[in-house]
Amino acid sequence: MSNINLSVPAVAVREIRLNTITGFAGNASELVQQSCSGGLGERRRSFTQCLGCSTSNAACKVVLVQDGVVISHGPVGCSACLHEFAFTYRVNAPLRGIEKPTPRHVYSTNLTEDETVFGGNEKLAATIREVFERDHPAVIFIITTCASGIIGDDVEGIADEAAEELGVPVVAIFCEGFRSKVWTSGFDASYHAIARKLINPSRFEHDPATGTSKRVTRPLVNVVNFWGSDIFNPWFERFGVRANYLTPYATLESLRYSSEALASVQVCLTLGSYLGGALESEFGVPTLRAAPPYGVPATERWLRALGALLEKPEVAEQIIEEERAASLPRIAELRSQLQGTTAYVTAGAGHGHALLALLGELGIQAVGAALFHHDPLNDFDAPEADQLAARVGDYGDVPNISICNKQEFELVNVLNRVSPDLLLARHGGMTLWGAKLGIPSLLIGDEQWGMGFEGVVKYGESILEVLENDEFVTNLAKHAINPYTQWWLSQEPYRFLEVE
Amino acid sequence: MSESGLIEQERYTCAIGALQSVVAIPRALPILHSGPGCGSMVLGFYERATGYAGGYTTPCTNFSEAEVVFGGVERLHSIIDNSYKVIKSDLQVVLTGCTADIVGDDVASVVGEFTERGRPLVHVETAGFKHNNYVAHSNVVNAIIDQYVDGFVLDYLPRSDRKLVNVFASLPYQDPFWKGNLREYKRLLEALGLEVNILFGPQSDGVTEWQSIPAANFNILISPWYGLPVVERLEEKYGQPWYQFPYLPIGANETRRFLEGVLAFADSLDGEQAVGLDAVRAKAFIEREEHAFYEEIDNLATFLLEFRYGLPNHVHVLHDAGYVLGLARFLLHEVGIVPKEQFIVDNTPEQHQEHVRSLLAATSEKREIPVRFDPDAGAAQDVLRNVKHRGRGLIVGSGWDKELAREKGCDFLLAAAPCPYRLVMTTNYVGLSGGLRVIEDIYATVLASYA
Repeated sequence: MSNINLSVPAVAVREIRLNTITGFAGNASELVQQSCSGGLGERRRSFTQCLGCSTSNAACKVVLVQDGVVISHGPVGCSACLHEFAFTYRVNAPLRGIEKPTPRHVYSTNLTEDETVFGGNEKLAATIREVFERDHPAVIFIITTCASGIIGDDVEGIADEAAEELGVPVVAIFCEGFRSKVWTSGFDASYHAIARKLINPSRFEHDPATGTSKRVTRPLVNVVNFWGSDIFNPWFERFGVRANYLTPYATLESLRYSSEALASVQVCLTLGSYLGGALESEFGVPTLRAAPPYGVPATERWLRALGALLEKPEVAEQIIEEERAASLPRIAELRSQLQGTTAYVTAGAGHGHALLALLGELGIQAVGAALFHHDPLNDFDAPEADQLAARVGDYGDVPNISICNKQEFELVNVLNRVSPDLLLARHGGMTLWGAKLGIPSLLIGDEQWGMGFEGVVKYGESILEVLENDEFVTNLAKHAINPYTQWWLSQEPYRFLEVE
Repeated sequence: MSESGLIEQERYTCAIGALQSVVAIPRALPILHSGPGCGSMVLGFYERATGYAGGYTTPCTNFSEAEVVFGGVERLHSIIDNSYKVIKSDLQVVLTGCTADIVGDDVASVVGEFTERGRPLVHVETAGFKHNNYVAHSNVVNAIIDQYVDGFVLDYLPRSDRKLVNVFASLPYQDPFWKGNLREYKRLLEALGLEVNILFGPQSDGVTEWQSIPAANFNILISPWYGLPVVERLEEKYGQPWYQFPYLPIGANETRRFLEGVLAFADSLDGEQAVGLDAVRAKAFIEREEHAFYEEIDNLATFLLEFRYGLPNHVHVLHDAGYVLGLARFLLHEVGIVPKEQFIVDNTPEQHQEHVRSLLAATSEKREIPVRFDPDAGAAQDVLRNVKHRGRGLIVGSGWDKELAREKGCDFLLAAAPCPYRLVMTTNYVGLSGGLRVIEDIYATVLASYA
């Protein structure tokens, strides 16, 4: 049963749509089991530190749309960090073959006290007009904020009127920070708006072979991703298809025809679940039913599922055979070199599961993980795509799983206690505490980098390098500034996690 | 200003960005009563700005639907209470965001419960829709003075230490060179014979230094407009007069002007408040610093005059008023780069714009330097796209301006927030050494363009 409803302007947040939680402590197998049985309840914390924000997660999916501009409807602070995405767009453009990256255009309606009293509708309408005059973009995205949400501006109505007046799509994205403790709800907000307003309805043509009507397609596979390296096309070429990367580096045009792709894949279920689900349930584009390709078994399942979906199973078998031959001996070597190593993971849900799989593949003992949230369900109703279940099945259980939305105080407490040989992280700010405690720490930002057989090798080699080069963290640990109290470090790490 | 009031490519953040002023006080702890994203937005704007307890260390109530509907005071109480258990700090400042202010939470009474028990806890309204961080910085400082420093006034009687001054200058983190600049101000003023409360950064003694604010004989404000409410408040509270130097003193000329201004001001205080500086020693210090500075310019002049492969001859600065004024003066008179169109992007309040204009006009007796006040830096860039001057240009601005510089074929110096393409730790741009560093940085980028 799909929870996707494109008839309403705002997406339902994950807490409601997927029963997502941000507080849990236990083993991976318990988490998997409770997710399936529906027995997973949310636990609040009576002490919390800063979280991420839906509005910036929504923004990252649209600032990098090549011919679009973004308006943050809020006070100037609500778009303060978006310059980072302009940097990312520019720096990663070569990975996607963008020869002439163009300046990113990020606007704030700059809401002031007057508008919080009298409403910001007029200011928003005037801003949209002015932005259009300034840049003549192909598409204008509007992201909402706590302030615009609470004062109750009619963002959808203003956007629709402007679209009519200007003749370009003006897309309202509802991503107020206070709506969700799961900031990845912001991804869903952007996808929801894109699916509602930009993606072309599927077209159908008569198929003389079967005498029935079939969906018009192009030889494309949608890849719902961030801005990582292009590892998909070398695989896809073998199947005679190309990657249609969504939504960073997409264009209005490539977003529109994503409904004509043969299939969709996702680099991370946390990231892509909603767009994959919407493309499937609303536009008939099937989503690949396999966990993303991290680690050997998952990669093989993924390639076989892709082969089946594209009706070329023999190509999948060929690739698997070649890549096994190329990588398995090196993976075995790495495994023996890394034997006996322990590691702790901190990351978002989907990519955290991926990192746990990579550790399993490399024979490194995962002694725990702090994952930012947990989605018991996904948006295309496919339990077989559950990455954590796959990890437990492929490599065994993981102890000390904490669902913890970047609560640094808990992480510091756990790391201090568990004292792993290695910290593997995915999000900025989280490696600092590994290093401060003298634990070699590795963060690979590019989520595509660790995929496939080769990804296992690359991770293994990087981990060996980080473990070897520990002089910096050893020295830092001697001089690190620690704002946490001795009392706290001697408490049980989940002390502030309330029992419901 | 644009018609709608929009801002493209913001160069500052909203009021809650002044949480960085708390982060900059040694062992002070900001506590946010705000939406979940405010802290990460501020951290993302400044980058590498965690300090002692900023970034993901900062406690936050993380407003959710429940707090929007039912209010967030209970949650705030619990977060403050547990902050004391988990994080070591000497001073705590609760900063409220848009959500708390729109909902109308009574933060003062929650905070009152803790201050009654002797906790050094302060609160300040920093709703993003009310001010930007340039304005909010003063509100944060004044809140700490009113709610914390004032409690120590019997230990530090007003103006009881004749040689002590409080300095209010760079905004922590908003000025990428704040740590170095504050260090340099302290060094220069101490060399004149003063004792200096610098208040922010590693040169500050933290709360004990803040407690002694009333004891200072006078205050020094180095800023065209931001920080003014602080020295006004201190005058009202403790009768401290203040000396204002209205821009950043960069290079020898302006540093001399600044230090001589301080000396003259100190000299004007008499009777019980006489500072009693050793004028001969102070002047000798200035002479010596200046001599060292001009030894470098002397060495450099041949290069500036003779380098045949091309050096910038004109400059556009996109920065706050203090930097635009300071850099224009320095680059014109001490480096020979002529300031053309200048862009002040700090949202300088209208009542201060005329003064800033007149200071810029006084930069040169023979040339007019056009200036535009507009926080909408995207519009400033559109203006720049369409101006043409003879020779090679230099753009001094934020990370947003790098692509424009490339587009125009200009040299580029990153010196304003946000600055993703440059690492700054403790470099200073003010003072004589700061001027030399500006020169090094400009010609390092210029020379890097060859071969």
